[in-house]
Amino acid sequence: MMANQTISLEVFRYHPETDEKPRYQTYQVPFHEDWVVLDALNYIKDQVDGTLTYRWSCRMGVCGSCGMMVNGDPKLTCAAFLKSYSGPIRVEPLTNFPVIRDLVINFDDFLHKLKEVKAWMIPKEERPLAQGEYLQTPAELAQFKQYSMCINCMLCYAACPVYGLEPKFLGPAAIALAQRYNLDSRDGAKDERAEIVSSSEGIWECTFVGECTRVCPKHVDPAGAIQQAKVINTQDWWLAFLMPWGKKSS
Amino acid sequence: MTTKEYHRPMPALWWLHNSQLILFMIRELTSVFVAGYAVFLIVLISKVNDDRAFKETLHCPTALVFQIIALPFVLFHSVTWFNLTPKAIVLFRGEERVNPLMIAGGHYVLWVLVSGLILLVAV
Repeated sequence: MMANQTISLEVFRYHPETDEKPRYQTYQVPFHEDWVVLDALNYIKDQVDGTLTYRWSCRMGVCGSCGMMVNGDPKLTCAAFLKSYSGPIRVEPLTNFPVIRDLVINFDDFLHKLKEVKAWMIPKEERPLAQGEYLQTPAELAQFKQYSMCINCMLCYAACPVYGLEPKFLGPAAIALAQRYNLDSRDGAKDERAEIVSSSEGIWECTFVGECTRVCPKHVDPAGAIQQAKVINTQDWWLAFLMPWGKKSS
Repeated sequence: MTTKEYHRPMPALWWLHNSQLILFMIRELTSVFVAGYAVFLIVLISKVNDDRAFKETLHCPTALVFQIIALPFVLFHSVTWFNLTPKAIVLFRGEERVNPLMIAGGHYVLWVLVSGLILLVAV
């Protein structure tokens, strides 16, 4: 395409004060080879329609706040180049979440689930600072490093039909992050997390669709994390069943 | 402050959204044929001490039609799950993750060996 050409964006609009239902508004924006969908939205906001509402921050695929549906697929709009699309580009808020306004979703449910699975480090034993760092070998780091790449962008939740059909499901990112800490040699709260992770709303709700892994911009592989958690959970159950006097595997 | 949020309904045909979802649904549906095969196997086992009844069950037209229909679905089910095994089984050699192809390949090798063994015993 030439530099003076334009491309049209069909943008999901919803204003709770005036709209009963969402509508789509079409905007013509200049086409630039190096523009991403977020640049086009910023152009609309700055030059055409200041009422358009959406989240963004870093513009470099790190903050995870500019996730939207681009032509029906969950994408970080800062990484979705206009040149990758032909014809009108439809931009919508992430699916499976309530819409607050235009492209802004309410992700309280995700934050609640992160808290439920205790997605933070709970050391095996608290140590005074004088004892120094909690050391870890490169091999121990390799066990969980992939899952620590999650940026909480929630594209996986938008892609997951299980979460769409059953909102009680903990969902891909929360379980992947729980697994990230469970596999960390410095952490000691696997059993605490197991109560929620291995519940009916946790790993066993997942039917391994695999869409979460496909759309993850950081290659975290949440589907893999969930299946591995299932294997470990099953091993623990059998060990507890066969050797009730023994200690669970770590 | 409370706002009126818009909740988008899940489309009834969500699984037609892309080819991966369609393949997923096919994989789920093939479970019916796997269950059918399991029932067929139980019936055969119940007749294992009666050679004539065993062969009649195996060769009756209904069983043959079922097997012809079910076999491709069960193969699809097996292949798709074998290909997914590296997701569930992650092994490390030091800092290096064992190649996922080795995990899936190991399952195929085991499949061939077990099938060969069963054929050997049957023949």
